[in-house]
Amino acid sequence: MSFEPKIVGILCNWCSYTGADLAGTSRKKYLPNVRIVRVMCSGRVEPTFILKAFEQGADGVLVCGCHPGDCHYQDGNKKTARRMPLLKKMLAQFGIEDERVRLEWISASEGDRFAAIVNEMTEQVRKLGPFSGNGGGANG
Amino acid sequence: MAKPKLAIYWSAACGGCDVAILDTNEKILDIANLCDIVLWPIAMDFKYHHIREMKDKSIDLCLFNGAVRNTEQEELAKLLREKSKILVAFGACACLGGIPALANFTTRDEILQRAYIEIPSNNNGQKTLPQLKTKVAEGELELPELFDTVKTLAQVVPVEYFVPGCPPPVDLILKLVDLYATNKLPPSGAIIASDKTCCDECDRIKEEKKVKKFYRPHEIITDPKKCLLEQGIICCGPATRGGCGMRCIKANMPCRGCFGPPEGVADQGAKMLSAIASIYQGETPEEINKMLEEVVDPAGTFYRFGMADSMLKRKRLQKS
Repeated sequence: MSFEPKIVGILCNWCSYTGADLAGTSRKKYLPNVRIVRVMCSGRVEPTFILKAFEQGADGVLVCGCHPGDCHYQDGNKKTARRMPLLKKMLAQFGIEDERVRLEWISASEGDRFAAIVNEMTEQVRKLGPFSGNGGGANG
Repeated sequence: MAKPKLAIYWSAACGGCDVAILDTNEKILDIANLCDIVLWPIAMDFKYHHIREMKDKSIDLCLFNGAVRNTEQEELAKLLREKSKILVAFGACACLGGIPALANFTTRDEILQRAYIEIPSNNNGQKTLPQLKTKVAEGELELPELFDTVKTLAQVVPVEYFVPGCPPPVDLILKLVDLYATNKLPPSGAIIASDKTCCDECDRIKEEKKVKKFYRPHEIITDPKKCLLEQGIICCGPATRGGCGMRCIKANMPCRGCFGPPEGVADQGAKMLSAIASIYQGETPEEINKMLEEVVDPAGTFYRFGMADSMLKRKRLQKS
């Protein structure tokens, strides 16, 4: 059986979740590998959530928020814009590939783009293979 | 009535926790009066077989300091668990992995390669590596096997209490002894420290947390009255449990996180990363890149003591 990556999508309520909704209502086809979690703002996405997703068996995590300047809460996504690159720098030290974590800005009208990004990320993560846990061998 | 039996053991540790027990000064005499010490490798001459010969649960209180990273330490952790009524993870290494757990960024083979072959000051022309078993004229010699991953004590055996700190401050050691002596120990699993964060207990002047540049401690002369984080020094106080007595802050050094995550925090490093990125002032890609350059070693900084206890626990061993 081929490997189907599990991707956790954490989407902000105001732009990206609505964008994903638009992809659905306009009957865009995209790969079913993404599991969407709605949060009120991408600024709510603590780095802990992303580590937790990996701990629980995700192969990739996609975080989407409003475009810079469009945040419903003024500057929530600006914090996300700083957290995610710093988190990615740290995850690289843990040997976690760059493609497994992705931040994208998706507006409520970008259903097409959301579908394209999910497809692209799914294929990238499929190539990387399953995210193996950190357990060691017999000697820990 | 016989005196309660006390055991103090060290595994992957520097010895600082044992010295912290001696730092109780004249109170050490009270501890010695209160208890019979049955094992304390740094100070007294007991052998492992003395412990093996004891009945199960015959040690009343065991202070175990150091992380677990080889077979000898694992064996002793299990042995002392069997023989002890109360097992205390004593110090940052036993509680969280501590500094030794930074080895989780490498593997056993990399460590042995570096320590025995690559180090320029070595004189090891024959490239000798430690062997688990060696035959000599007198018989076979055995060495403990190093693990790839450094573990906390609680990841190896169940633990009753945790006393964090690098090393645990004297007042917390005395508090533990006092709680034990007066039979007032909290429910099992308790952390003998504060419930607040280090930041909460810090009395430096705190204003608005907006940082334009992060400095490493040697790059700036700080105002000793103001919050270090607000001055651009990465101080782990917001994501670290209090109770330490602000030893580092009073010495004008930032908190490095040795008390581990506060109540309700699952991952100390992720929380600290979140805080650091939030207070930085900058939105453009250039400014964000500047931040990335200023936070030189995020994993090592945010998990300096908490690597083994973190969600990821170690660098991935095998790429899938």
